[in-house]
Parts: sequence; C-alpha cells; structure tokens
Amino acid sequence: MRMDKSYSQSFEITGNNFFDAGKAATEVKMILKQIGINSDIIRRVAIASYEAEMNVVMYAKRASMTIEISQEKIKIVVDDEGPGIQNIELAMKEGYSTATTEMREMGFGAGMGLPNIKRNADHLKIESEVGKGTKVEFVIELKESARGGSKER
Amino acid sequence: MQDDFRSIKIEKDKCQGRMACLRVCPTQAIRVRHKKATILKDRCIDCGECVRACPNKAILPQTSSFSDFSKFKYTVAIPSPDLYYQFGKDVLPSTILAGLKKIGFDDAHDVACPSEAVSIALQELLDSNNLPRPLISPFCPAIVRLIQVRYPNLLDNLVPIESPMEIAAREAKREKMEELGLKENEIGTIYLTPCPAKTVAIRNPPRKKHSFIDGAIPISEIYPTLLQALTHITPESEQEKQVRGIGLGWPIVGGQASSLKREDCLAIAGLNDVIRIFEEIENGKLKDIRYIECHTCPTACVGGSLNVENPYIARGKVLRLLEKYGSKPCQPREKIRELYQKKYFSLPGKIPASPAEPLDDDIQVAINKMKRKQEVYDLLPKIDCGACGAPTCMTFAEDVVKGNAAADDCVFVAIKKFESISSDLLETILKHSRKVRHNENLS
Ligand SMILES: Nc1ncnc2c1ncn2[C@@H]1O[C@H](COP(=O)(O)OP(=O)(O)O)[C@@H](O)[C@H]1O
Ligand code: SF4
Ligand code: SF4
Ligand SMILES: [Mg+2]
Repeated sequence: MRMDKSYSQSFEITGNNFFDAGKAATEVKMILKQIGINSDIIRRVAIASYEAEMNVVMYAKRASMTIEISQEKIKIVVDDEGPGIQNIELAMKEGYSTATTEMREMGFGAGMGLPNIKRNADHLKIESEVGKGTKVEFVIELKESARGGSKER
Repeated sequence: MQDDFRSIKIEKDKCQGRMACLRVCPTQAIRVRHKKATILKDRCIDCGECVRACPNKAILPQTSSFSDFSKFKYTVAIPSPDLYYQFGKDVLPSTILAGLKKIGFDDAHDVACPSEAVSIALQELLDSNNLPRPLISPFCPAIVRLIQVRYPNLLDNLVPIESPMEIAAREAKREKMEELGLKENEIGTIYLTPCPAKTVAIRNPPRKKHSFIDGAIPISEIYPTLLQALTHITPESEQEKQVRGIGLGWPIVGGQASSLKREDCLAIAGLNDVIRIFEEIENGKLKDIRYIECHTCPTACVGGSLNVENPYIARGKVLRLLEKYGSKPCQPREKIRELYQKKYFSLPGKIPASPAEPLDDDIQVAINKMKRKQEVYDLLPKIDCGACGAPTCMTFAEDVVKGNAAADDCVFVAIKKFESISSDLLETILKHSRKVRHNENLS
C-alpha cells in the first residue's frame, strides 16, 4: 500500500454566521504553524482562505473548507452549496460586488476578495453552477524556502 | 539563548502539581509531569497568569532584590504609574514619589510624564504615511512576545517607539550624571513593576542591546514598606508640583488610545480578545485602523499580576486623577515635537521572530506527525480533563507525537487498553478452564 504523503483536514462553514466567520481560516493557520511553514506563505494562505470563507458566509448556505498539505504544495478547496456565480469573469473584477448595504456597513463587500485570492495563490480554479453552488480551489506552492517561521530560531 | 531571559521560574520543592497553572496559561505552555509543573519555554510569553493562579506560591517571576543595588552609588526608583493607584484615594502621586525616597531610594522618577511624551510622539508618527496598518502598541512586553512566538507576520506592525519606562530611566540617568557628576554605571535605575513581562523586557529588550533600567522589583514587594512610609509624609500642597497630564491614564484600557485624539484607534485588553484581533490582522483585515493599543491583562496594567489593589478600584482612581490633572500637560508639546524630529523616541532595531517549535524541522516528517497527532486525538475523550498533565486533549496528542508523552498517560486510553487486555485474559482463562473440564470428563 502506498503511504499517503499529505495531510488533509476539513472544516465546516455556515452561511450568514458572522459570529464564527474566520474560524476556518484560523484553523488552517494553526495547522501550518505547527508544521513549521514560513510566515510569508502563512500570510498568503491566511488572506486567500479568509476571503474564500467570507464569501461563503456572505453569499452561500454552507460549505466545507478542505486543506491538503504536502511537501510540495498547500491546496485549499472551498466547496459550497449556494446561489452560484453567474459570470465568474465579472466576479473576478476588482471592485465588483453584489454585497448588500448591511454587509458594506460591516466592512465587507469591497469587491477585492476573489482578486485577492488570485493575487496570493499560485493557481486558482473556480467552478460554479447557478442555483447549486461554487467550488473555489487554490494552490500555493512550497518551494525550497517555504519551511521555517524564521532563521533566528 | 533567549530562554535565559524568561522571567517565570517554578520552585520545584513548593510545587504540588495542583494544576491551577495548567488551566490558566493562555499559550498552553505548562505541563505537569510526575506531580511537578514545568514550563515549555518556547511558548511562554511571561504574562504572569500562572504566578497569580498558583495556590502554593511556587511560581515566581525572576526579579531583583534590594541588595542587588548596593553596588550603585545612587539609586533612582522608576515606578510604573500603576503604583500611583495602589493606595487610598487621596494619596497623590507626589506623595508616593516622596514615599519612595523615604524607604531607601535616593530619588524617584515619574513615568506618567514620559508616557505623555510618548503619546505625543505617537500622534506625530500616526500623521505620517507608508506605515503598516494597523500599528500595534509595543508597550506590553507579553504582547510583543506573543507576536514573536505566534504572529511573526505582525512584527512589522509593532510601533518602533521607545517605551515610557525606558525614557524615564534614560532621563533619570542623564539628569543625575549632570547634577551629581556621577558616571552612568554608578547610577542604578530600578523599575517598580506590575508584572513579570516588564522584567523580561528590561533584561532582554527586543529591539536593542541594553535597557536603561538596571533591575526590577515587584510592586507587591515594596507595597507594605511604602504603605507604612506614606503615613509620615505631608502631602505636597503646591498644585504645580503635582504629577499631571494624559500619561496618568496609561495604566487603564483605552488610556493610550484616547490620548492619541483620533477616531481610528482601538484599545484591546485580555489575551483572548487580542488573539482574535491578531488573527484578523493576519487575514488582511482592519486596514482602516491606524493604531491598536493591546494589553495582555484584561484590565490593562492596573490589573498586572504583581499589583496589589483591586484593578477596578485602581481604575476608578485613574479616572478621578485624570479628571483633575489629566488635561494640564506636563511639558510643552512643541518641545516633544522637536525631540521627535530629532528621533529621540525612535527604536530602529528589528524584533526577531521566535516561533514555537513546530512538530518537526523536516516538513515531510512534520506532516506525518500531524497525521499521527490526529489519530492520537481521535482516541482521546476530548474533555480536556488535564489528568495527563497537558492542558487539553489536543496539546496532549501533540506531546505524544513529539515523544514527550505516551498515549497511555491518558487514563481513558489506559482504561481501554486494560479492558481489552482483561477481556483477552478472561477469554484465555475460560478457554483453558473449558479444556481442563473437558479433559477431566474424558478421564
Ligand atoms: N461563494 C460564492 N457564492 C456566490 N457568489 C459569490 C461567491 N463568491 C463570490 N461571489 C460573487 O462574486 C462577487 C465578488 O466577490 P469578491 O471578489 O469576494 O468581492 P465581495 O465579497 O467584496 O463582493 C460577490 O459580490 C458575489 O456576487
Ligand atoms: S507566564 Fe503566562 S505564558 Fe508563561 S507559563 Fe505562565 S501562564 Fe503560561
Ligand atoms: S498588560 Fe501591563 S501589567 Fe499586564 S502583562 Fe502587559 S505590561 Fe504587564
Ligand atoms: Mg468577498
């Protein structure tokens, strides 16, 4: 039997639950810190997974966030049940947002979430079916220097 | 190397393994093994919660004692402003400073006034652009340490400005050198501290080689002697000689933030809330906030673990004093601005990260251990009973994969193991007795 060289774990995200918003991203960071991934990579994963999580909280019903980490890469998949995205290209545009006034008052809805995921990830794939849901999948590659929070340790 | 500077020490003889510390430690740095508590140094942030919690007074901060200062020709007490709020409501700071001279210090140097200066320096700093957002206050050393250990990404957000206690000590030395013709090393500056964290910041200042402070004594330690001395002092009647200014408010939550006179500042106290905010900042949030005042202690420094007075009563006194003396500045703003321009307040050095040890230095091995950790965790009852000596089932699972504990140190795992052994044993016994009976029947 081939030994699986990666570690994976899933977290549930509930739509409209602003109280727990950010918890999945926090769990993901905790895993990476324990494994000893360097802080630059952690920051990129943090921003990208937080934005993906918030999109579920704001627009979808529920989702699972799965992190899979191997020596080569970190892959995050956020698979939701929700309204889906009609025009992905449009949604990817900086500043495009369908957030409600209430959401904007809470400081969300700048239309920078998906663009920020793209900026921080090495690969991004979005699949969506209107009326069913959206699957956001991104990868951050771990090159030579990925390990270690600092040289000072 | 850095570990030599950690402040908290456990006296093994006094420790009875009563677990109080295990439960309060906010960074899960304590383990109780063989009935004795130990501290994992890579995780401890010197917050002092365990000092407060220990029923046997077995956990002590490393501080100085009076005899350490006999080598100095002249001593200056540098009392944390919290000291002003430890006594009756009518005892003014000027009386307390006089009291310190009565109990053996050659002089006492106020820190509220330098705190005001730092507030003004912060106002100037926040007017400039190109700074990370939000900036984080660096004045609670346990917060700085938390960032070094858990949030290295936020190190650049820490404000590069000298702390009021360092400025007070630097000024005290300068003044006394001029006034008395002494050399710097002949003047001992002694901080009267509300917490263990400050003593670590003195022994190992994060951004520079040496502190201007030569040692620290807990406020709780000088309290009884000082209290006695205070009864013999006639209060200063001259208004002009009273300690004043917005610096008086620094020991309470919001003291710094409100002194900055802007709306884009927050004040956060208590480690859990601070951690929640740090997670958000790490996720790229809160960019519209310019400055966050952060305290480890839920009531800020008046609630430091080495203070005496109830923090809420002390807070009341701060508010009263602020109302009376807070609005009169203790020094001309222009002078502070000038000093700021001359970089009098700046601390250019970089603060190193010092992350808690990962599961392994090799990433693949760490990934394998992460998997093993999950397997161990699945065996555990997840009730965080602490009987294994780790604060939570999750930390216990981590200890097991790191080789610092055995799975059956958990009573629940041990019982299951015992049950399966005993049922195997029972079965074997039954089988043999059946065989014996069968043989008996045959014969
Ligand atoms: N998981 C999702 N389900 C449905 N719609 C989504 C989802 N994620 C993003 N969207 C749509 O894409 C738009 C842009 O998303 P984003 O770039 O994160 O900006 P913002 O969240 O600030 O609106 C959103 O306003 C929303 O209409
Ligand atoms: S000082 Fe704080 S962080 Fe350190 S062991 Fe005690 S409770 Fe834990
Ligand atoms: S909040 Fe103040 S008293 Fe408490 S640990 Fe920090 S510096 Fe010390
Ligand atoms: Mg978004």
